[in-house]
This record gives sequence, structure tokens and C-alpha cells, in this order.
Amino acid sequence: MTDKLHHMTLTETAKALDAGIVSSRELTQELLGRIDRLDGQLNSFITVTADQALAAADRADQCRAKGEAGPLTGAPIALKDIFCTKGVKTTCGSKMLDSFVAPYDATVVEKLQAAGTVSLGKTNMDEFAMGSSNETSFYGAVKNPWDLNAVPGGSSGGSAAAVAAGLVPAAMGTDTGGSIRQPAAYCGITGLKPTYGRVSRYGMIAYASSLDQGGPMARSAEDCALLMNAIAGHDSRDSTSIARGVPNYSEELSAPLAGLKIGLPKEYFGEGLATDVGNAIQDAIKVFEGLGATVREVSLPHTSYAIPAYYVIAPAEASSNLSRYDGVRFGHRCENPTDLIDLYKRTRAEGFGEEVKRRILIGTHTLSEGFFDAYYKKAQQVRRLIHQDFLDAFEEVDVLMGPAAPTPAFDLGAKKDPVSMYLQDIYTIAINLAGIPGISVPAGFSNGRPVGLQILGTHFAEARLLNVAHQFQQSTDWHLRRPEFAEENA
Amino acid sequence: MALEHAEVLRAAHLARIDLSESDAAHYLDDIRRILEMVDQLQSLDTEGVAPLAHPLEATQRLRADEVTETSLRDEYQRCAPQVENGLYLVPRVVE
Repeated sequence: MTDKLHHMTLTETAKALDAGIVSSRELTQELLGRIDRLDGQLNSFITVTADQALAAADRADQCRAKGEAGPLTGAPIALKDIFCTKGVKTTCGSKMLDSFVAPYDATVVEKLQAAGTVSLGKTNMDEFAMGSSNETSFYGAVKNPWDLNAVPGGSSGGSAAAVAAGLVPAAMGTDTGGSIRQPAAYCGITGLKPTYGRVSRYGMIAYASSLDQGGPMARSAEDCALLMNAIAGHDSRDSTSIARGVPNYSEELSAPLAGLKIGLPKEYFGEGLATDVGNAIQDAIKVFEGLGATVREVSLPHTSYAIPAYYVIAPAEASSNLSRYDGVRFGHRCENPTDLIDLYKRTRAEGFGEEVKRRILIGTHTLSEGFFDAYYKKAQQVRRLIHQDFLDAFEEVDVLMGPAAPTPAFDLGAKKDPVSMYLQDIYTIAINLAGIPGISVPAGFSNGRPVGLQILGTHFAEARLLNVAHQFQQSTDWHLRRPEFAEENA
Repeated sequence: MALEHAEVLRAAHLARIDLSESDAAHYLDDIRRILEMVDQLQSLDTEGVAPLAHPLEATQRLRADEVTETSLRDEYQRCAPQVENGLYLVPRVVE
């Protein structure tokens, strides 16, 4: 077993630790070695915290020896570099925060530490989570382990690539318009975006506060359930976190799917959907029918307005959130400022990359006098219509299914025009506007690049989504496929 | 609502981002195309639709007005570009 440690799911890892087949220190050393040997080609980590990881692994092993281990004690994970980690560099993929060592831990980080997990480091991402390819990172693009010429998706591209390559069994991501689900799809892993407010945003660097949500990325739905058990719940330090009981997400995984009502939004199978992707999704739907589910077509009539509404709301919120990077209290500061305005302007011109500046400019423009009603207010009205589309659909069906993205991973450098990049998020973005949960699970390949099936549920239906995804993974083995890259030098 | 060059410069000033004339021209093209895409919203009738700010329509929770944080000034200032005697240093504002 120990020669294939890097292939194990998080669930298998937890079992191996529990059975004493491997210690947390051995596992951590093995994976740190793989990161050292393989990540030069992938660039999935910005910071590897080897010393802290080994110390945490030793604490976990001692905890286990005393009989005090929980389900995740000693399990290695990685954190998207958007989560503040006390004493560890937290960059958000930006030059602006290249020197920023967070003075506190995000709630998610605290909870994962309390659960006994061992963080191997901080993963690469699009700058301030703004991107769909991981190419906007100040630390360079991440490569897709299935094809080193392809993007891993974004913005949680480093987390997705690291899990797919067998560098770590699970990682945390965040999702504002698809940033967990789309990279999960592109890298052939499982990624869950929970309901807005289910997982605390405290210490998670803000992009668009009414859309941002953290969630797990791993090799199976079962793995995601384990992580959700650790991270979900109310946090008084996040005023938008929801005070509502947290179920045991692992308990419902085995429930049979007989009678499950699946809706296929017709707008998710139209123009722009690659044939291979559409076929893989149809095959997946047949698997569910075989499990006793019924399928019908539904409509989400305002789908085509989701990207336009998002590109008003998200940049508006970003322009406000990112005003804090002013070169005064933390982060980058320009050299020899002549006065305060010069300090602000050059600090921000130097510290932010092009995509971030573009979105700040859009947000500032659309919120400015004379434009607010036409853009921001209009987009929020459309947001309600999109939200209502989903509520109406969930009156008829239990879950919605469709592709996570219209195509498999595209080539690095292929999308130079921002609008064509934005359109990649056509099937994921409305979910954030509505605040509902969504999961992407591996469902096939197109020319050797993975295809993701997206499953959507109504607010707080995470347990149901994990159950549906788990049952699919009991009947298929797409999630068990590993890229050749993961075998190299292993 | 075609975007003008001057509006990009105005947004850059409001957002406190140093932008040269030629940078502004570069952003103008991209942002114009993005706003053209956004303008699809205008074709939708939203008369009488209330704006949605929070996906669960939750309202702000209030807590008792009491001190819950301790002062960690030194720790927080450790990541500051320039501090002196517990104060953040910036260029002189008032002559």
C-alpha cells in the first residue's frame, strides 16, 4: 500500500492512518517529496510549509497514539493562497501581497487545524481569484497534470492541479463564479461550492463578498463530505455566515437514488457546448436513470443574463473590497512617494495585475455617479430573476444536472480576449448569483482532458448533492483515473 | 452606453490607480467590449423587480456592543511598510 500513498483518496488516507498502516509523518514526508520532485513542472504551490507540516504531522501522530484522533487527524491537505494563515505568507496570487505574512488564521484554517489536518502549503491561484485559467497569477500559470499544455482552470487552479497530480489528497478552494467547480472539472477531481454563508468567509481574502464561498476539492464526494464536516458552520466573525445546524455530511452518502427527480436545464445544452462534453454528460445521466432516477427537461430562462449581471456585481464589489490595498498598513508600497495620492496611485498600479485593474476600473465606473442605476441596480434586479429561475426549477425537481463547463480545459495562452475567457463560466456563474450549492464530479474525457458533470441543489442541499455524487462514483470510475503525470518519477 | 477615454481615466483616478494615456487606451478597448456584453441586461424588463443584494435575503445580525478583540497593534504592524512608535508612516499630508 505504501508505494501508492499518493493515489489514495482522503477517505482511504484517513483509514490508513487509523489502521496504523502509515503514520502522518511518513505520509507527509512522502507527499512533500513528490511536491519537491514534481511541482517544478506544475507550479501548483506558491508556498510549501514543510517544517510546519512535519511538526503538525508529529502532533497528529502523538494525538493518535493517545487515542484522541478524529476522522481527519494527520490527513494532509493544501490551502488556496486566499486563506489567511498566521505566520505564513498569504499572497492571493498578487504582487500586492507578495510580502504579506498574515497575522491571524482564517476560520476555515482554524477549523481544519482543530480537526488535526496537516497543511502542506498554499496553492497557486488567479490573482485575487479573478480568472478562469490560473494565468493571472503573479506567480505564473499552473499546468494541468492531464496535459501540461492545458490550463488547470481557475481561480482555484493550484488546488485542483495538486490534487489531480497526487501531491495532496484534498485542498481548499473558493468559488465566486465557478472557481472550485470549473478547475475541478478541468483536472478530473470533485469540487463542492457550498451554499452562500455555509462556510465562514472570515480570513478568506475578499473578492466579491455577496458571491464568495469556500469549499472542498478532493478525489471523491465522500472526501468532500469529510471536509465539509470539518469546515461548515456558523461563525460570529462573518456577519453573512448562516446560523443553522450542520448535518453529518457523511451519513447520507449511501441513501439510494430511486425516485430522484433530475432536471436538465435546456439552456445548459445549447449552442457553444462541445460535442464530447455533451455526450459525456448524457452518458452520466443514463447512469442515474439506471440507479432509478427520473429525468426531465426544465428551463432556467434568464441563464444568458448571468454573465452580464456577474460582470457588474462582482467588479463593483471588488472595486470596493480592493480599496484596502493602499500601501499604508500592509502589502506592497511604491518607492519614494511624493505625496499621499502618488503613494496610493503608484502602489496600486504596481501591485495589481492587468485583470485585477480591469475589474476595479469596471466596478468603479459602473458604481460612479450617473451609471449606478443603469448598471448596478439593474444587475441586482436581474439577479433576483436568476435566483427565482432556480427556486422555480426546484419546485419541480430535486437536483439539476449539466456540464460544469462548455469545453474541456483549453490550451495555455489560448484565450487572450477577456470576454471569451468570461464565457467559459456560462454554466457556473448563475449558481453564485443564486447562492445555491453545486458540485462538479469527473464524468469522462475529451481528447484526454477531463469532463466535469455539475450537480446543483437548492439552498443547504449539500448533503443531498454529496449523496447523489457519491452514488454516481459508486457506479463509475472516472474519479479514480489518474493522469500519467502522477506516475512519473513516483 | 459607449465608454469614453476620459471615463476610463476618471475611473482610474477614483480608484487611485496610476494610468498613462496609452494604458487607458488599452483598457478602453477591453472594457468597452465587456460593457457591450453587459448591456444585454438593458433588454430585460425589470420594472417592479426588487434588487437582490443577498442570495438568502438574510439581514445583518446584531450583537451586544462589547469589547471582543484585544489590542494586537504590534502584531498587526509587523506587516506594515513603514511604522514608527506605533504609528503608520505616510508622506506628509498637511504642510
